[in-house]
Amino acid sequence: MSVFEGFRFRRVLSPIHQLDPRAKFFYVCTVFVIAVMFNQLMPLILLFLIQLPFVLAAGVQKEWIRSMKGASFLALMIFLFNFLFTYFYREYPTFPPSSSLMEYSLAMTLRFIVLVESFSIFFLTTSPDRLGLALEQSHIPYEFCFAFTTAVRFVPVLAEEAQTIMDAQKARGLELERGNFIKRIRNYIPILIPLIVSAIRRSLELAEAMESRAWGATNKRTNLYVLKIARGDYILAIISIGMLVLAVYVWLFMREQIPSLIPWITG
Amino acid sequence: MIEVKDIFFTYPNNVKALKGVSLNIREGDFVAIMGQNGAGKTTLVKHFNGLLKPTKGAVIVNGVDTREESVAKLSRGVGFVFQNPDNQLFCETVEEEVAFALRNFGFEDKIVQKRVEWAINLLGLAKHRQSSPFMLSGGERKRVALASVLAWNPDVVILDEPTIGQDYKQKEKLRQFIVQLNAQGKTVVVVTHDVEFVAECNPRVVLMAQGEIVVDGDAKHVLTNAKLVTKASIVPPQISQIFMGLTDLGLPIDIIDVYEARDILLDFLGGDL
Repeated sequence: MSVFEGFRFRRVLSPIHQLDPRAKFFYVCTVFVIAVMFNQLMPLILLFLIQLPFVLAAGVQKEWIRSMKGASFLALMIFLFNFLFTYFYREYPTFPPSSSLMEYSLAMTLRFIVLVESFSIFFLTTSPDRLGLALEQSHIPYEFCFAFTTAVRFVPVLAEEAQTIMDAQKARGLELERGNFIKRIRNYIPILIPLIVSAIRRSLELAEAMESRAWGATNKRTNLYVLKIARGDYILAIISIGMLVLAVYVWLFMREQIPSLIPWITG
Repeated sequence: MIEVKDIFFTYPNNVKALKGVSLNIREGDFVAIMGQNGAGKTTLVKHFNGLLKPTKGAVIVNGVDTREESVAKLSRGVGFVFQNPDNQLFCETVEEEVAFALRNFGFEDKIVQKRVEWAINLLGLAKHRQSSPFMLSGGERKRVALASVLAWNPDVVILDEPTIGQDYKQKEKLRQFIVQLNAQGKTVVVVTHDVEFVAECNPRVVLMAQGEIVVDGDAKHVLTNAKLVTKASIVPPQISQIFMGLTDLGLPIDIIDVYEARDILLDFLGGDL
């Protein structure tokens, strides 16, 4: 659950929170594209460090660190899988594994961490309401925007309900951590069924509530709040474009010259 | 039986739900825990079967510290009926639902059958035994949840908000049922803000406000104390409101029972009604 903690929005005032979700999303996409472009360690480390000022400026260090911790297990898995599979596929039976393989696996892991990092910053600093608004103003059909914001909105509600259901079943003697692997999975049936049933019930109720509040009565909705692109947003967009241009340039003309960090790894 | 020793509890989101609560529940007690929303009532009773462990202090149930025992083991002695039956019902039939906990506690098949039979009859669910719990009405679902806990015959029964969403007739049935359970020697703990319900049951009342116990005493004395009742943000029962308004006639103030009130008023009016 701790991974999700790192994506949960809290209402704080900071320059990053004030930014337009569209500008931030563009930035996140830029980071995404750059992270996927390179599989060397050096540029990914840079990409990781570039984002730290954003975290500090937004004042979400605590939550951010939590999400990083939550992602660490997956990161470890990614490292192991990359390392082992590539080793057996390419290098086996030479031993020990080459240091370039080490660098490659580390880079893949870091790529994942960079992606989690940027999305975590995005969701930590963007309220679901503003996100929905941004979607709407990007001419995405309102039905989709609404479905999206509703889904986001109900995640904590469902998490809380899951906890209550777990408590209720534990109080009836259910021991989740007992038995072998199959038994343990089966142990979750008494939790999943009430959870799914109540989610379906809730969605039906929500549908009725929406209809009784004239959902879809007009084709053209107006909004109380309208997002406007401000100076900070332009600056962020320019930074993103700059990063992208630089990355493409390096990728096209200097890819072979990116220094390897192998000497540093092997000591 | 249940000893709560100066416990503090803080939720992971830093909400301090309990701030130094001490309470002693003896065998055969009938306790109503009352207070406004967020006073810490449910948080407190969730400590009784180890669902929550105190951040500071200790809860001792039958001589065992709850921190050293699993919820499943503690639940064998302390049955907890949750507020919303939908949080626990998942089986295809009522029978299986009632048998679920018994199987978890490792009862033999024969005994499971006997107990299921007993609990289903006890709560008048015989004609629904093969129905799906999801097809039953709200009140019936609540009774299934209750049956599924009573089936393993715990020494202590905790009921979290048993009266919510029940009509008067159901409430009255529930009240008689609870009183009967208590008369049979079970320790009963009810979490509620239904003042009229508590007034009719006349149990020991623990009033809570902002994570602390405000007062612990007889319903008769607690619910008629205007100061305490205001502090815990609950409204006194209707009967005691009448008597609070009649103090200038020299009538007593600590009355919550309808029949007692009737006698006193008749007496006062000279028995002419």
